[in-house]
Amino acid sequence: MNAPTLFGLCAAALVGVGLYGLIVNPQPLRKILAFNLIGCGVFLLFGAIARRGAAVGMGGDPVPQALLITGIVVAFSATALAVALVLRLFDETGSVTLASDAPAKAQADPPDA
Amino acid sequence: MTLALAVDISLTLLVLAVAGWIIAVRDTFAAVIGFVAYGLLLALIWVRLAAPDVALTEAAIGGGLTGALLIGAAGRLRKTEAATRAEYPGVLIRTLAAILAVTVTAALAVGVLALPDPAPTLAPAAVASLATTGVGNPVTAVLLAFRSMDTLLEAIVVLLALLGVWSLAPDRAWGGYPGPRHHADPDGILAYLARLLPPIGIIVGLYIFWIGADLPGGKFQGATILAAMWLLVIEAGLADTPPISRTWLRVLLVTGPLVFIAIGFAGSITAGAVLAYPEGYAKPLIIAIEIALMPTLVLTLALLVAGAPQRMPPQ
Repeated sequence: MNAPTLFGLCAAALVGVGLYGLIVNPQPLRKILAFNLIGCGVFLLFGAIARRGAAVGMGGDPVPQALLITGIVVAFSATALAVALVLRLFDETGSVTLASDAPAKAQADPPDA
Repeated sequence: MTLALAVDISLTLLVLAVAGWIIAVRDTFAAVIGFVAYGLLLALIWVRLAAPDVALTEAAIGGGLTGALLIGAAGRLRKTEAATRAEYPGVLIRTLAAILAVTVTAALAVGVLALPDPAPTLAPAAVASLATTGVGNPVTAVLLAFRSMDTLLEAIVVLLALLGVWSLAPDRAWGGYPGPRHHADPDGILAYLARLLPPIGIIVGLYIFWIGADLPGGKFQGATILAAMWLLVIEAGLADTPPISRTWLRVLLVTGPLVFIAIGFAGSITAGAVLAYPEGYAKPLIIAIEIALMPTLVLTLALLVAGAPQRMPPQ
């Protein structure tokens, strides 16, 4: 087995591990972490495909590699936005539960508009 | 079995073990520390996949900045953990989730094993046109010449994410300082490192930025290192985040994308297409875009980690 295939299979497993954590763990921050695991798995899959495109003396296809850099930066900014949303939820309600039947403080309070 | 394959297999097993630990461990803080280790291990895999540019980005952003962001959030959310743990789903949901996860993994694995051979590649096309850009690093050429639309939109997306974070500020703190004011022992190790490391980090960051034209590196990786140095000084309490109502801050935040857009549209007159460069001027224009984007990226990345404004603006 060569390196791109091995890491491609590793990427497939990472997506699975992340997907399981995303569904099962009730904490929003852990869901963000799991979502990042899935994202890294997708990036790694793309990276393995880039490595297979090695040609003309280059170690890999530079086009997917450049797209990966763009993807990692965008994933970071999406993560920052998600974390800010969770922190605001915590500041507003004092808890971070995503359960739909939770007795949220915001429902009891009159809307502050 | 060759040594290289042994290294690759060990890396794969390590990454999978850390990923499983991130999902399974009870303490969120421990999971976040695991995520930093995971980012660094992935960076090693990127080196093994002959993608040093991606490795630098992954180590700096995937491990470093995302780690700093999540560590701060995990610290603030610590007391909510016990309550949410009670919502852990039952055996049925967990079994269904496991079946779904295994199915998706199996489908992807079949896809990996069925990839076409020989693999399609744009490497010859990229290398053939490299000379027209005057840039030596093909990845930089893709980012700023062949597919510069992606990079332009990315710069705008990152800025929009920052606006989204800022818009989560409570009304009373709008225009104020992002994040808490940090205090550290002025004689402690954190304050010491915050004085010692930035001069070195700034030189490393600028170097990585500058060599990106010809060797692995570039503005994203360099900007991340500079942002990390700024955050270190802020965390040590030696400086504060700027209030988001500052004019200089807002001007610098939009300068990068605006210069990029201006040069892009100038291309429709001078070179016949939006984001095209006139012949012979590609390299100076690419460098102009990178220099204009650099302060924007440093500020945006650092302020994304700092979070929404929390404290009153100065009167």
